Amino acid sequence: MESPTPSPSSSSSAKTRRVSPWPDRIFFGLVIAVGAFVIALAVAIVVILVYNSEQSIRVFGWGFFYGTEWSVQYQVFNVVPFVVGTLLTSSLALLIAVPLALGTAIFITTQAPRWARGPIGTAIELLAAVPSVIYGFWGLYVVHPYMAQTVEPKLQSTLGWTGLFSGTPVGLDVLTASVILAVMVVPTISAVSRDTLAAVPAAQKEAALSLGATDWETTRIAMLPYARSGIVGGVILGLGRALGETMAVIMVIGNAEKVPTSLFSSGSTISTLIATQLLSNSGPLQISAILECGLVLMLISLLVNVAARLLVWRVTKGAGTVLA
Amino acid sequence: MKFKFDRHTRRKLLSHTVAVLSGLTVIAVLYPLVSIVYEAVIRGGGVLFQWTFLTAKPPNACDVVSCSTVGIGPAIQGSLLVVAIASLIAVPVGLMAAILASEYRTRGFGRAVSFTADVLTGVPSIIMGAFVWGYFVLYDPSIAESVIAGGIALSAIMTPIVARTTEEALRTVPNAMREAAIALGISKWKMTLRIVLIAALPGIATGVLLAVMRAMGEAAPLLLTLGYTTNYNHSLLQPAAALPVLIYTFAESNYSNQQEVAWGATLFLLMFILAANILSRYMIHRLSQRMSGGA
Repeated sequence: MESPTPSPSSSSSAKTRRVSPWPDRIFFGLVIAVGAFVIALAVAIVVILVYNSEQSIRVFGWGFFYGTEWSVQYQVFNVVPFVVGTLLTSSLALLIAVPLALGTAIFITTQAPRWARGPIGTAIELLAAVPSVIYGFWGLYVVHPYMAQTVEPKLQSTLGWTGLFSGTPVGLDVLTASVILAVMVVPTISAVSRDTLAAVPAAQKEAALSLGATDWETTRIAMLPYARSGIVGGVILGLGRALGETMAVIMVIGNAEKVPTSLFSSGSTISTLIATQLLSNSGPLQISAILECGLVLMLISLLVNVAARLLVWRVTKGAGTVLA
Repeated sequence: MKFKFDRHTRRKLLSHTVAVLSGLTVIAVLYPLVSIVYEAVIRGGGVLFQWTFLTAKPPNACDVVSCSTVGIGPAIQGSLLVVAIASLIAVPVGLMAAILASEYRTRGFGRAVSFTADVLTGVPSIIMGAFVWGYFVLYDPSIAESVIAGGIALSAIMTPIVARTTEEALRTVPNAMREAAIALGISKWKMTLRIVLIAALPGIATGVLLAVMRAMGEAAPLLLTLGYTTNYNHSLLQPAAALPVLIYTFAESNYSNQQEVAWGATLFLLMFILAANILSRYMIHRLSQRMSGGA
């Protein structure tokens, strides 16, 4: 390579220069070590959480998973109020977010003029870039008063008989938290749905169109079934994001350590519990219980994320990834 | 015949209705973005464009009309410090993990690392904070709330993002490039670092930028690991302020001067993050154009 004039004779002299294999081996060793480090990090998270929650595991045993108490006074700590809060806010958020996200994905892939697709997609993805603490702040100052004064009284007067909307509509409750979460997970679900809908083969759409199907019928018959597992993957990915969200929820959910009795009652999720109580002069047993709750959240979100990624990977064959 | 015509109209009508509805969902989904930017500009614009805002210390709680709104200097310093430390750890580790997954055949080990990184991107950030807090409480409680601990917590969030985006970028480098380099007699590690990594640089830079922006906006892990102060930081073993933490703390404050500073900090952070995001998208766009146009 370094010979100034390549000629047949110079190639014969080049074979005497042998490159030492050691730099390559060292580099390979380094890369393997870093790979092992990444896997060790994942293991360490679980190990540290288990180690730190040892006391709570010993004291409460399985009762941790079915008692509904969280009492500093009696030193009884159970995970149920927070699991309920986490699952309730997340599923409610999905209920709101999925139709919206699917609507945007369908609009971008089938309705929007070609030049507008990129910008609309980008704008929706920018929503995913907004830090969650800003969502919480906005939720507290903008959404909360609107919920308390307009939406919640109206819901109570029209649908109060269902029992879902009992209690005083103060606006700092499970419902408001779910609305903020919904805003946050829409971009994730929308992006994955859009990508899988865009990956539907043109022949599939053309076949439906040539049979005289309208736009919507084409979408419903030829595109949605084809993209179904990708969309489900996106929804689960959004669920994973909602389950672990802290800042957007902590400012609007009211942070009460009890099982919410209606959508208008305040509550807590596992993440808000960790953020509010881990450092607030809690006793050793309480800290240990908080970290055991963290372990539960970790396992729930691991389960959800592995499921989502397997689904999305299967559809996109490992190419492309959704971050944030 | 009339019946058939009716059904046809009905189908058309349904299709148009769905089209309109899907358009409405786009408006509904984009409304929060507009609202957030609008509120931040209206409520925070006034304070942000005072000269001292970016350098002065945050105000104490104060409810006298004349009391001043001052700045977010320590929070900017703290955020930069903690994200810099996180990047120093996360960028090399993420790069190496990606090189393993994309450049070496390791009988599934690389794939396992890649899958682990992918799963780690889904671990809630508060868990990363609790993990690092738990580690330091066992190891050295005196620095459990410090710039170092905060940086490590953020690096645990950034590493999998850098690893995954870098791996994607490395996979877009055409194999012919690797083969040409090897054929010229360069050793594999030099080929990886000097040829493949450089060719993938725009994609890698985009991924790193996204990870940095993500870390910039994280409040939850820092609540547990960075501590709280309103002063400038002088030691990496001490607590520091950070923009997201300041926004959270002052948002919950009852005093209007602190709330105003929180809105100013929100606007600052928003501008920073939205600008970086648009920049990174531009980079991706340029990259994909070069890939399809040139070579």
